[in-house]
Amino acid sequence: MFRTPGSYDPYMSDPAIRLEQVTKVFPGGDGAAVNDLTLEMPSGQLTILVGPSGCGKTTTLRMINRLIEPTSGRIIVDGRDVASVEAHELRRGIGYVIQQVGLFGHRTVGDNIATVPRLLGWDDARIDARIDELMQLVSLDPGLVNRYPGELSGGQQQRVGVARALAADPPVLLMDEPFGAVDPIVRERLQDELVALQSRLHKTIVFVTHDVDEAIKLGDRVVLMNIGGVVEQAAPPAELLARPASDFVKQFIGARRGLRRLSLIKVTDVDLEQREGSALRLSPHDTLLDALDAMLRDHVNEADVHDDGRYIGTLTMERISSEVR
Amino acid sequence: MKEPFIRWNWISGHLGEIGARTVQHLELTGIAVGVGFVIAMSLSILALRRRWTYSPITWFTGILYTIPSIALFALLVPITGLTILTAEIGLVSYTLLILIRNIVAGIDGVPAATRDAAVAMGYRPWRMFFEIELPLATPVIIAGLRIATVTTVGLVTLTALIGQGGYGYFINDGLRRFFNTPLFVGAALSVALAVALDVALVLVERALTPWRR
Amino acid sequence: MAAIVHWFTTAAHWHGPDGVPMRVLEHLELSGLAMVAATAAAIPAGILLGHTRRGGLFAISVVNIGRAIPSFAIVAVALPVSISLGLGLGFWPTFLAVFLLAVPPMFTNAYTAIGGVDPQIVDAARGMGLRERELLVGVELPLGAPVIMAAVRVAAVQVVATVPLAALVGWGGLGRFIIDGLAQYDMAQVFAGALLVAALAILTEVGFGLLEHVVLPPGVRRLSRAEAASTVV
Repeated sequence: MFRTPGSYDPYMSDPAIRLEQVTKVFPGGDGAAVNDLTLEMPSGQLTILVGPSGCGKTTTLRMINRLIEPTSGRIIVDGRDVASVEAHELRRGIGYVIQQVGLFGHRTVGDNIATVPRLLGWDDARIDARIDELMQLVSLDPGLVNRYPGELSGGQQQRVGVARALAADPPVLLMDEPFGAVDPIVRERLQDELVALQSRLHKTIVFVTHDVDEAIKLGDRVVLMNIGGVVEQAAPPAELLARPASDFVKQFIGARRGLRRLSLIKVTDVDLEQREGSALRLSPHDTLLDALDAMLRDHVNEADVHDDGRYIGTLTMERISSEVR
Repeated sequence: MKEPFIRWNWISGHLGEIGARTVQHLELTGIAVGVGFVIAMSLSILALRRRWTYSPITWFTGILYTIPSIALFALLVPITGLTILTAEIGLVSYTLLILIRNIVAGIDGVPAATRDAAVAMGYRPWRMFFEIELPLATPVIIAGLRIATVTTVGLVTLTALIGQGGYGYFINDGLRRFFNTPLFVGAALSVALAVALDVALVLVERALTPWRR
Repeated sequence: MAAIVHWFTTAAHWHGPDGVPMRVLEHLELSGLAMVAATAAAIPAGILLGHTRRGGLFAISVVNIGRAIPSFAIVAVALPVSISLGLGLGFWPTFLAVFLLAVPPMFTNAYTAIGGVDPQIVDAARGMGLRERELLVGVELPLGAPVIMAAVRVAAVQVVATVPLAALVGWGGLGRFIIDGLAQYDMAQVFAGALLVAALAILTEVGFGLLEHVVLPPGVRRLSRAEAASTVV
C-alpha cells in the first residue's frame, strides 16, 4: 500500500482513517445511503460501526477499500487520499473479512491464506513461514493446511478468513459482520480470540455489526449510526452506556445499561481491599457483573479474588456500586 | 433367404476400415467441439463483460441450433462444397448455444461472497477470471462439454450424406444397399463412442476438481 | 441465387403429390403425431415422478442416454425391422426416431420442473393441509409450467428439424427436396428444401411461444429464449 506490506512500524505516520464529508447516493436509491459523513478512526484501535439496517455502515466500510466509490467527499487512509491510489494496489494493503467468508473452495487452506502474498510476489519460503505463523495466530490446527474449505466447520472457515486477511500484515483490517453466520458459542470464542489477537497486533480495525452487545464487548470506540449514515454517537462503550447522547441511542442500546457497564470492568481493574476472609472466591477474569451476580446468589457483601490460588484482594459490594455512578 | 441381422465375417473383414472411420469420427468430433469451445468461450467472455450482449448472442446461436442439421449442411454445400469445412461449420454451429449457456451459467454460479473477497484482496479482473472464476465454474462447463460432445458424435453420422461420415458412412452404406450389418455396426459404434467420450469427460472433470471429493 | 427464386416461382412445384403444400402437410403429420405420442408418454410420467422427488439419477440418465443415440442411427436401424414387421418403409422408422428424440428431454425437464419447485413452498402447502393431488395440480404444476412448456417447445422444434431424415428411408416430408435435390445435383431444390425446413422449424418455435402465452396461468411468465436455453436440459 503506502509502505511495504509485511512490516508494521508503530512510529510511522498515523494510520488513522479519516472520512471527510463522504456521501454515497445509489442510482435508483431512495435518498442518500450515506449523507455527508465525517468520521475519524484512531490508529491501532478497534472501531465499531453499529446501527439498524439501512444505516449505511456496510456502505461506509466498503468505501474505505473502494469496493464502493463515494459520490462525493474524501477518504484518507494513512495520510493519503484513497482515490489517488490504484484500487487494486490499495486493496492488497487492506485486510477484508466478511460474514460468508468467501474462501476459495478450489484452493487449500494454505493456498487461501497465501493469496495476497502471492499477488505481491513473495517467495515460497517466506509464504510458507507466514502460513505457519498465521495458523498458530488464529488457533488453527496446522494439520489443516492442505485441507479444502469444504471440509472445515463454520468456525474454522472464519479463522482461515481472518488469517487470509492478515497474511500480508496490512495495517488496516475491515470486518463486515464476520461472526454473524456461526452459532453463539463459536461466536463468543471467535470474539474473545479477536480481542486477544488485537492486543498483540494493534491493527486499525473497522468492524461492522448490527449487534450492540458485540459492539460493546469488542470496541475500543463505538460509532452508532442511524439511517443515512448519520452518527448518533461516537464514544468508548463505557461512555455510550453511561451517557447515551439521545433517545435513539438509549433505545438502540436497550435495557439494563447499568448492569452492562459492570460487564465491561474486570474485578482486577478496581481498587481492592486487603482483608482476606470471604467464603466466596472470584477469578481475575471475572467482571463486576459476574461478581455482583455471585454475591447476590450467595447472600454476601464481599468476595476474595484469587489468581491460581494466590490471594489478590477483596472486592466489596460498595466498590461495585460506586463504579456505576 | 432372409438377410440375418449381423454377418460377423463382414466385421472381421473390415476391421481396417472400421478403424479408419473411427479416426475420422473422432477427428470430426474433436475439431467441432474444440473450435466450438474456443468460439463459445470468446462469446461468453463478451457476454459476461457486457451483459446486454447475452440476449442477442443466445438469440443468434439459438437460431443456428434451430436450423435442422440436414438443412444447414444442405445450405452450405453449394457454398463450401462437399468438404470437411462444410461439415465442421455445421457441427460447430450446434455446439455454440449449449457451450455458451453453460460457460455463462458456470461463471455466474461462483458464489458472490467468493467474488467479493477476491476483488477486495486486490485481484484484477483477468487474473481473477482465470484463477478463481474459471476453476470454480469447471463442473458446469464440463457438463456443457459433455452434452455438446455427445450431440456432435450423433450429428457426425449425418455428415455421411455430404461426403464425410465417420461411422455414419457404415449406416448410410447399409441403408443404400439394404445390408444390415454395416448399418447396425455403424449405429452401435456411434453410441459406444458417445458413451466412451462422455465417460472420459467425467474422468477429466474429476481430475480437474480435487476439492469436490 | 436466381435459380432458387426461380424454383420457388415455378408453379409446378406447388402442386401435386410432390408439391410444397403436400410435403409440408406430410411433414406436419409425422411431426404432430410423434409429438402427441411423445408428450403423452413423457410429460405425465415426468410430472408424477418429479412429484415424488425420487429416482433423480434415473431421470437425469434418461436424457443422457437419449442424447447418445443419434436419430440417423435409429431411423436406419428401424428400417429393416419395420420392413420385416410389414410396416412399410419410411414413416414408422422416422416416427420411432423422433419419438425417441423427444421423449427423454421432455421427461427429464418435466421431472426437474416439478421436483425443483422450492421445497419451502411445498412444505408450506402441505402444512396448510393441501392433499397431494391439490398440491400437484394447484401449486407444483403452475410453478413448473414455464419450464415444461419450454421443454415441449424445444422438443417440437427438434422433431420438425429431424423429420427430414424420413426422406432417406423412402418417405416424404420436406426432406424430400433436400435428398432428391442432392441426388439430382439440383442445388436450387436442395437450397429450397433447406430453407423450407428451417422456416418451418422457426415457425414451430414461434407458434409454441404463442401457445405458451395463451396456456400459461397469468402471474407465471413464459421463459424467453435465453432463459429456456439456461434451464431446459
